[in-house]
Amino acid sequence: MFENLSYLALQQYWWIIVSLLASVLVFLMFVQGGQTLISQLSKNEKEKSLLINSIGRRWDVTFTTLVTFGGAFFASFPLFYSTSFGGAYWVWMLILFSFIIQAVSYEYRTKTNNFLGRKTYDTFLFINGILATILIGTAVGTFFTGSEFSVDKLNITNPADPIISRWETATHGLEAALNITNLSLGLAIFFLSRVLAGLYFINNIDNDSIVKRAAKQVKLCTIPFLVFFLLFVGLILTKEGFAVNPDTKEVFMEKFKYLHNLIEMPIVLIMFLVGVVAVLYGIFLGAFKSSGKGIWFSGAGTVLTVLAILMLAGFNNTAFYPSTYDLQSSLTIQNASSSKYTLTAMSYVSLLIPFVIAYIWYVWKSLNKKKVSDDDIKEDDMAY
Amino acid sequence: MSLVDWSRAQFALTAMYHWIFVPLTLGLSFIVAFMHTMYYNTKAEKWKNTTKFWMKIFGINFAIGVATGIILEFEFGTNWSNYSWIVGDIFGAPLAIEGILAFFLESTFIAVMFFGWDRVSKKFHMLSSWFVAIGSNLSALWILVANAWMQNPVGMEFNPDTARNEMVDFWEILFSPTAVHKFLHTISNGYVVASLFVIGISAWFILKGRHLEFAKRSMLIASSFGLISSLFVVFTGDGSAYDVAQTQPMKFAAMEGLYEGGEGVVLVTAGMLTPGKKYDNDKDEYVFALKIPNLLSYLAERDANAYVPGIRNIIEGDKENGIIPLEERMKNGKIAITALKEYKTSEDKTIKDEALKTFRKNYKDFGYGFLPDKESAIPNVPLTFYSFHIMVGLGFYFIILFAIILFFSIKQTIDRKKTWLKIALWSIPLGFIASELGWVVAEVGRQPWTIQDLLPTMASTSHLSTSSVQITFWLFTVLFTVLLIAEFKIMIHQIKSGPKEERS
Repeated sequence: MFENLSYLALQQYWWIIVSLLASVLVFLMFVQGGQTLISQLSKNEKEKSLLINSIGRRWDVTFTTLVTFGGAFFASFPLFYSTSFGGAYWVWMLILFSFIIQAVSYEYRTKTNNFLGRKTYDTFLFINGILATILIGTAVGTFFTGSEFSVDKLNITNPADPIISRWETATHGLEAALNITNLSLGLAIFFLSRVLAGLYFINNIDNDSIVKRAAKQVKLCTIPFLVFFLLFVGLILTKEGFAVNPDTKEVFMEKFKYLHNLIEMPIVLIMFLVGVVAVLYGIFLGAFKSSGKGIWFSGAGTVLTVLAILMLAGFNNTAFYPSTYDLQSSLTIQNASSSKYTLTAMSYVSLLIPFVIAYIWYVWKSLNKKKVSDDDIKEDDMAY
Repeated sequence: MSLVDWSRAQFALTAMYHWIFVPLTLGLSFIVAFMHTMYYNTKAEKWKNTTKFWMKIFGINFAIGVATGIILEFEFGTNWSNYSWIVGDIFGAPLAIEGILAFFLESTFIAVMFFGWDRVSKKFHMLSSWFVAIGSNLSALWILVANAWMQNPVGMEFNPDTARNEMVDFWEILFSPTAVHKFLHTISNGYVVASLFVIGISAWFILKGRHLEFAKRSMLIASSFGLISSLFVVFTGDGSAYDVAQTQPMKFAAMEGLYEGGEGVVLVTAGMLTPGKKYDNDKDEYVFALKIPNLLSYLAERDANAYVPGIRNIIEGDKENGIIPLEERMKNGKIAITALKEYKTSEDKTIKDEALKTFRKNYKDFGYGFLPDKESAIPNVPLTFYSFHIMVGLGFYFIILFAIILFFSIKQTIDRKKTWLKIALWSIPLGFIASELGWVVAEVGRQPWTIQDLLPTMASTSHLSTSSVQITFWLFTVLFTVLLIAEFKIMIHQIKSGPKEERS
């Protein structure tokens, strides 16, 4: 079936898959948001342990989604992998460091004789919560603002200096955090992750005072989230964008490119609007009605909104990873992708994704028949 | 040290740290699943406690395995950027499949395994333990397929327009003999490491006179599993070595410290290399060596009189036996590189066609065009040689140990064999050492190649300053060491507190 698709259709299909993984990742980063809320939502060790055990049963899915996102991006758009990871070295290294320290923290924090002490592991979780959300957001921001790199495939024919992708700043990616557009997306995702975490706790925890505090935090974090989110959206919709001439493949600057994309792709516009409304409705349910359904609306809304934003970056003849150093080095879904053969083979693999989602769903449902409560943790000698 | 050296050092460091934890995960997951099944079948509390004890150990080990693993995937991009483009079309796919197929299976069912007691049905809970074992072994499959492909690049073709290798046959990559041997050898080695671990800890309990029934039960399971696995390791190891002889003759020669090849070559079972021996001096290869006549030829070619090339033969060439001198291959490589440049820069169709023809003809030596000198085509021989021989020696020792422990376990006299119990306890680290040495052989032995014959390490790196990689190298060293100490301390404490006491 996939053999009959055109090369371009396969590239688009994979842009959607990678974007979908990224969108789900942003939603699942409520785990990271939760890690930054622990001390604000708890008054004692018992409540703290409730909160950590609640997100502790989800952290590995977020982590696995990140790893799968990386693998899928590598398989489908390897030039992005080599250019961005090898170039924006320090940003990615910081992100990875924060996930390394996260991965041991849940399991080790309450164990006797754990060398660093519970406080350190809780600090690790806090650091991961801040760095992962802000830096991943900042990195995605560069899809719209560009980075300084060059790509020249002829370099491979020079044995003395054969590297194809080169970053042209010495700060290797850290410079992205100085850009207001990137930073506003980073902060928007940070506050969104806290909003989602609040909604998740309301859904998942059986403790009235925590639910009350979570609802308050949802309200508090919604304000900066909206400010930064609207700032980001306003900035990209009014800025010049990186357009691609479909015939010559030449990259050029086009005024209001992302606004044009939004208008020219009505489905994306609808996804975006529905997504934003769903996020807000979920927030309303959680913050004002203390309803556990909030996370479902805001979660689905997050996925739709992020997906729409990434469609703006990659579709409609747009360079998704633009270079401001050399415009023609910019990456597009056409020049950065894998071969038609590989995309076809991987497309068959992608048919398994619904099954994966189905069993995750099934497992979560069977594990979560009741909410996380004090008794629950006391009885469980496997608890974190 | 240069950028490529630091990049290699960092990869070696992170990979070797990661590999402390992976074999135990691969093997212990099955041991836990088996114990869990015993609990499911017998409903006996003692099996529940046994399962829970090993499951906790599994969890402590698994967490740090995950932590050290994430960096490896991304390091291909961060530190081997050129590699990622030139072979990403092939190499990325198994990494993505690993995530989709294996990691989600693993992480989802681990949650059930740990938190499922009393929350899900007993059957579903038991099956979850099996899913975790299958998931972790599946993830090993895909990453090993990727690694095998680097050692024996099949199922692909270079596309001069995109300047990279592209996949043309997925199945050839998945079922390449290198991949099959590597996968089976590696996972069975994991089972051996985990069996040694379980036996050693059980031996400690018996020596301390604690939890005797629990310890004997664990020991019986682990020694049976270990014995079968260790025999399988020999069998798959032989397959791997044969495969190396076919596809990576230089690595094969380095494993044996063989400088002068020939027909009917002896196998060195143990020995010491002469310090300062080079391919172009006349020193003896070994200070001393225990040799078995003709066996190396047999292992390499399944023919006791077959020709096996040594390092000098590969460098200087041996036209009679079809070995092209290295200089010629380096020349061919440079021709291929120049032809590619001509193809990519020329506007003239006839020149382009001609260049492409020249390129295709010489592509098999493409990577040699990047080598600065002949020496750089030789891996670190002593490191490869000793790693290989110690690994093999330990492998045979494990078989004997498992057989003895199993024998006494069946005879139910194991608790009186104090010496063997002590030996079992002190054999725990040997399993880990053998396992790490296996990777040293595989990865040091294949130098200078990231992709055999086609891409050397120095053409694979990212465009970074040496100091950047130095900094991350030391950061990883400190961080991973701290985490290892934490893991170790938690693990020791957990072991010492023992399983839940059973009332008999």
